[in-house]
Amino acid sequence: MMFKGKDIVSIKELSKKEIDRIFEVAEEMIPIARGEKKSEILRGYVLATLFFEPSTRTRLSFETAMHRLGGGVIGFSNPKATSISKGETLADTIRIIDLYSDVIVIRHPYEGSARLAAEFAQHPVINAGDGAGQHPTQTLLDLFTMTREFGDIKGLNIALIGDLKYGRTVHSLAYILSELGANIYLVSPPLLRMPKHIIRELKSRPVEVDNLDDIVEEVDVFYVTRIQKERFPDPTEYRKVAGTYSITEKLLSKAKKSAIVMHPLPRVGEIATEVDKLPHARYFQQAFNGVPVRMALLSLVLGVV
Amino acid sequence: MDEEKTLKVQKIKNGIVIDHIPCGRALKVLKILNIEGDIGSSVSIAMHVRSRYGWKDIVKIEDRYLEEKELDKIALVAPTATVNIIKNYEVVRKHKVQVPDKIVGIVRCTNPRCITNQNEPLTPEFYVISKEPLIIKCKYCERDMESEEIIENII
Ligand SMILES: Nc1ncnc2c1ncn2[C@@H]1O[C@H](COP(=O)(O)OP(=O)(O)O)[C@@H](O)[C@H]1O
Ligand SMILES: [Mg+2]
Ligand SMILES: [Zn+2]
Repeated sequence: MMFKGKDIVSIKELSKKEIDRIFEVAEEMIPIARGEKKSEILRGYVLATLFFEPSTRTRLSFETAMHRLGGGVIGFSNPKATSISKGETLADTIRIIDLYSDVIVIRHPYEGSARLAAEFAQHPVINAGDGAGQHPTQTLLDLFTMTREFGDIKGLNIALIGDLKYGRTVHSLAYILSELGANIYLVSPPLLRMPKHIIRELKSRPVEVDNLDDIVEEVDVFYVTRIQKERFPDPTEYRKVAGTYSITEKLLSKAKKSAIVMHPLPRVGEIATEVDKLPHARYFQQAFNGVPVRMALLSLVLGVV
Repeated sequence: MDEEKTLKVQKIKNGIVIDHIPCGRALKVLKILNIEGDIGSSVSIAMHVRSRYGWKDIVKIEDRYLEEKELDKIALVAPTATVNIIKNYEVVRKHKVQVPDKIVGIVRCTNPRCITNQNEPLTPEFYVISKEPLIIKCKYCERDMESEEIIENII
């Protein structure tokens, strides 16, 4: 298993063994991520974060990950203020930034942009979201959260809830969960069903359900995503739909004791705030897990662990 | 030779005969070879011709030979085609077209938000997921393309 120099573009390119290794390292990173232990293993290394699209959590957790390990960070989150707005190709931007840094993290609106970056950069490139395409580090931190909770993914009943059409995180998550042998339930309004081409790539057929109530007692993981208002032509229709797919204390009273609720965040009402105090809530832990997982990835692709 | 009796097409001296084209695809084959208007040599097309294996189209072009890339393009439109090289009225070579494992620079990605459609210095590239039916996947945006969609996007 050679991680040094590896590009992390798509979750599909990571083997089960590689994912296990990432999680093993991430586990060791937790005390450092919490600030309880100090580390300098990336001292002298420079991370470039190129955010052509806005992001809060992903960018900040990558930057925190680098800082926690003693490394430096350059980058931008507002391309309008850079020469890119003058019409420079992405290929040229990457060639230059590659000369300034040891590892590149990129988020870009066009699909396949991270693959392009990986081809033009000598140094490893990590995809932080390419349009409606892949967002492998989100998938990894989601998986890490489930793995820490349950040990093994195989046989878990996982409900993916909400916008399964446009939500890119659920596409790669569904893929990897099915590879690892989870039972997948898809819970969404008809307008936001998971696309056929995504379902076709799943190892086993997911169960599509309209109503959360029908499955609530069996579910181990409620993975909730945001339903965007803009997807609905009619605001009353949106309100109706959004209500149907929200997680409340009442709903969870019927769930397994061990069931957890996850969300890639930001949430806007899909999970009632009353759920925050319940033992099921795992979304803040999940957001934190982004740091150790990204620390693990950075140190693995830079070859220091 | 059923076909020779029914087809009153002149023999060509030198050139190619693209045989066993699936019915209705002859014009598409001509299109991808950029054969339109005055090309200075004779072209004949036979559509819906009876053959040993059912119906087929045939295209005959005088004084024209094909490059590797053109053969690959024909394979996408007419995977069953055979290209016969004619020299001095005789078939001197037969070439069964074959869908390559990787499709490089001959098809454009259908996804408008794909990075290959944004003026970047990139050659579009696809992996062949299945040959029968033909399904290809963009190396960059990972979008799948099938049959007619592929044909419409041949560069
Ligand atoms: N000189 C020629 N001019 C035009 N067409 C030709 C010529 N020679 C052969 N063909 C055509 O090329 C195809 C391949 O020829 P041949 O090898 O004889 O047949 P097959 O592939 O059916 O065994 C046939 O459709 C035949 O009619
Ligand atoms: Mg590279
Ligand atoms: Zn593409």
